[in-house]
Amino acid sequence: MEKWENNKAWFLVLPVFIIVAFSAIIPLMTVVNYSLQDIWGPGQQVFVGIEWFEEMLANERLQDALWRQFLFSGLVLLIEIPLGILIALAMPKRGWGVSASLVTLAVPLLIPWNVIGTIWIIFTRPDIGLFGVTINSLGIAFDHTARPLDAWITTMLMEVWHWTPLVVLLAYAGLRAIPEAYYQAARIDGASVWATFRYIQLPKMRGVLTIAVLLRWMDSFLIYAEPFALTGGGPGNATTFLSIYLVKIATGQFDLGPAAAFSLIYFLIILLFSFIFYQALLNVGKGDK
Amino acid sequence: MGVRKKTIALCLYFALLMIPIYWMLNMSLRSNADILSAFALYPSDLTFQNYIKVFTDPTWYSGYINSMIYVSMNTIISLSFALPAAYAFSRFKFLGDGQMFFWLLTNRMAPPAVFLLPYFQFYSTMQMIDTHIAVALAHCLFNVPLAVWILEGFMTGIPREIDETAFIDGYSFPRFFITIFLPLIRAGVGVTAFFCFMFSWVELLFARTLTVTEAKPIVATMTRTISATGLDWGLMAAAGILTIIPGALVIWFVRNHLAKGFALGRV
Repeated sequence: MEKWENNKAWFLVLPVFIIVAFSAIIPLMTVVNYSLQDIWGPGQQVFVGIEWFEEMLANERLQDALWRQFLFSGLVLLIEIPLGILIALAMPKRGWGVSASLVTLAVPLLIPWNVIGTIWIIFTRPDIGLFGVTINSLGIAFDHTARPLDAWITTMLMEVWHWTPLVVLLAYAGLRAIPEAYYQAARIDGASVWATFRYIQLPKMRGVLTIAVLLRWMDSFLIYAEPFALTGGGPGNATTFLSIYLVKIATGQFDLGPAAAFSLIYFLIILLFSFIFYQALLNVGKGDK
Repeated sequence: MGVRKKTIALCLYFALLMIPIYWMLNMSLRSNADILSAFALYPSDLTFQNYIKVFTDPTWYSGYINSMIYVSMNTIISLSFALPAAYAFSRFKFLGDGQMFFWLLTNRMAPPAVFLLPYFQFYSTMQMIDTHIAVALAHCLFNVPLAVWILEGFMTGIPREIDETAFIDGYSFPRFFITIFLPLIRAGVGVTAFFCFMFSWVELLFARTLTVTEAKPIVATMTRTISATGLDWGLMAAAGILTIIPGALVIWFVRNHLAKGFALGRV
């Protein structure tokens, strides 16, 4: 079915364009401005061209942080999206269970991020935390402050615990928006559970799943407060993700130029991959429509 | 998968989800020294001191009020701007629609720290620092694009014949939109409202930068539990438990819209 062609639709979009452009374009131009200059103080600056970009791209610690970040965000998508869909499928469809499930799901999402990291510090402490004590009593040596792998597992657990509910909520809302008539048709055709999922539920959820994938990709790539509160980027640099490194450059060494160049590279990486995911998800279901 | 197995798996998931929350509740009912001295599955020396502090100290409870004011403002602004735009994206083809749609989301992709200095300068110039509306507007940067995207997804799921039939029946656009279209996408509106609320509620960087005392949000107050004697874990946990409540109420109010989906029967 073709969309109606009408340029007057711009009037409906204009308010959004104005409010977002107003918030976004000026700050971004400021960053571009910083990234091309060497700044020592107010009024003391020199145009350096792409020097900061070259310096940042050649920075090995940044490259390490980047690969770490890809691994982290990749794992986040691989775990949270399928898990979220499964849970959404298992959720009750009517009765008091719906309200209870929805409120339960919302709880982890509503805690400020830095608080989550801080609570997990105590939660995973091997001497006084529930998680730490439990896992040690099972005979597994576990210490996320000393061993990189344990730090990774803890950060990952915290991330999956915190954000899978977002995927569930989106997937559930998408599922509930499927008209009953589709299921009736499937039942008449004698479709299996898998066929119903594959040919009705999954295509109908494409819109919300696209948002879930993009949101989780962007937000996990920008993750800062939780791992920083939990591990401070350590042990060593094991959980120093991109944003933690960026803040180190920007505040620790107070280098606005390199930090701005880094921010732009960072932004472009997220943009590129989001675009790829978006195009892929837009085209993958075309045949089913 | 049988219904029973499904329910058991779901209950198990919810139990796991609640364990860290239980731990926070446990911490909030103990004194700081008690938390740090020994492991306890449940608080043996129950104290409500942390909660009393949050409810009686104005720097604490005013944080909740401030947060609620600007978060509500932001949710209303985001929804009312995003609804017409999402309709346009889902129904019409117009110059630059695809680019515009994707551009919106790109605003969520830059490290938020990038925006801090320019925002501070801008809102200072406008003399809007330390007002609720400044934070509400700043949060539109990430909430409006998200709202447009989610709503567009739900609107596209509604067949266009419904619009056509309504217009043939002589409905004006605003009347059609409010009386027919909105009820159809109520699951979408519910989930969007909750997400706008949630992302604005937990956001710390902008909210802290743009406020001083008058509009200081609870998330910023909570970062101050770090004092000379170290972190007050119990107080922080109590404040954390209390941050859950407003959002849980929001999802409680939209739960029926979320679960109902839509009834195509009437058209």
